Amino acid sequence: MSWFSQTLTSSIGKKLLMALTGLFLISFLVIHATINAMIFYNDGGETFSHWGHFMGTNPIIRTLEIGLVAGFLIHIIDGLMLWKSNRDARPVKYAVNNAAANSTWYSRSMGLLGTLLLIFLVIHTSHFWIPNRSNQFATGEELNLYQMMLDIFQNPIVVLIYVLGCVSLFWHLLHGFKSAFQSLGLNHVKYNGAISFVGTAFSIIVPILFALMPISIYLGWVK
Amino acid sequence: MRLSLKVWRQSDKDAAGGFEDYKLDHVSPDMSFLEMFDVLNEQLIEEGKEPVAFDHDCREGICGMCSMYINGRPHGPLRGVTTCQLHMRSFKDGDTIVVEPWRAQAFPVIKDLVVDRDAFDRVISAGGFVSVNTGNAQDANALPIAKEAADDAFAAAACIGCGACVAACKNASAMLFVSAKISQLALLPQGQAERSIRAEKMVAQMDAEGFGACTNTGACSAECPKEISLENIARMNREYIGAKFSSSAV
Repeated sequence: MSWFSQTLTSSIGKKLLMALTGLFLISFLVIHATINAMIFYNDGGETFSHWGHFMGTNPIIRTLEIGLVAGFLIHIIDGLMLWKSNRDARPVKYAVNNAAANSTWYSRSMGLLGTLLLIFLVIHTSHFWIPNRSNQFATGEELNLYQMMLDIFQNPIVVLIYVLGCVSLFWHLLHGFKSAFQSLGLNHVKYNGAISFVGTAFSIIVPILFALMPISIYLGWVK
Repeated sequence: MRLSLKVWRQSDKDAAGGFEDYKLDHVSPDMSFLEMFDVLNEQLIEEGKEPVAFDHDCREGICGMCSMYINGRPHGPLRGVTTCQLHMRSFKDGDTIVVEPWRAQAFPVIKDLVVDRDAFDRVISAGGFVSVNTGNAQDANALPIAKEAADDAFAAAACIGCGACVAACKNASAMLFVSAKISQLALLPQGQAERSIRAEKMVAQMDAEGFGACTNTGACSAECPKEISLENIARMNREYIGAKFSSSAV
């Protein structure tokens, strides 16, 4: 095995990949949340559709989208590989385990939270991204994503699924944001406070912003 | 004090183990946890039964031999102490105490509560040392070392290699141990010559032993009897990634 693949398949290398792809996906969330928040202009989707059109047709963005899909795949596959090897590292479980005494439940449940997010991701992309891209591929025309949102979020069960997805995202980010910096070796007394503050604030603000979108449409605040 | 114990019994590494229940009627609150086990073993010997095998040596918290998982936590309920420094006053009269061995693929049970921690020795043999020629020790002042670096190296060197970090970690990861051993040398001038190759070889050996990877839950540091800091794991990550991408070892 070359030194490069040896590095990336080592325990620390796998963590490095999780951290880098995790931070990359976090940067995607910033863009995604910002553009979707344009619906709160409540202008019948005009601003939202303007930026949606830019994101869906700009060649640079479309190229970066390939990187985004790769980032998701690496994060998911690497996460599953880590989950498997970490589980194998303790074949016999403890009869009594008081893990709550030494760590938070969500830091120990990143695999579970990630799986919930994966299920949500499948539902979410099958609502918007996949139909839109397949239509673009087939006819060259974009779908009216704003109208699709208004239609899809009339179903209270769908709204509930989206809110639960945001709750999973909150807990996943609350540990993942800070954890990524530690995995990259970026642990320094001068910056730890700032990383922790930004991480916590990000984990709260972004999921709330996302959750408000289906709720606002369902309740008729955004038309 | 009266106590009920549920203790893991396993006759050898291939045997199927199980819990045995014991009752102790005259436990002094001033006994250490290991002395309580001595009393239990006396009782078992008098009854003609096999005493419980457990690891211990110095009984003053510095050797790293004792290794019991007590009521779901390595070295029991107190922070910053080993099992031998845990006293029965930390428990209440009538308590039931569950005692298990460390659980990890890399730490197979040898007997009862004794696990094989040779994996740690092999990680150290892979690079956790400084190769120096023999001769007189040089004057201490010949090598200037910043006080902060000396303090950090000393704090990392406080690791006694008991394995509580592996026992506490949900992934049975050895990264707190390995990072402490990498750090104590990486921070000092004597460790510089072999700094890259040390990080590469020790991490490779850690992986080969079948320890898990770090999820940064912090359980290891919280349960460490020497309170080794998570900063060491970040330092190990820097050392390893830096070494892998810059050393001439292909």
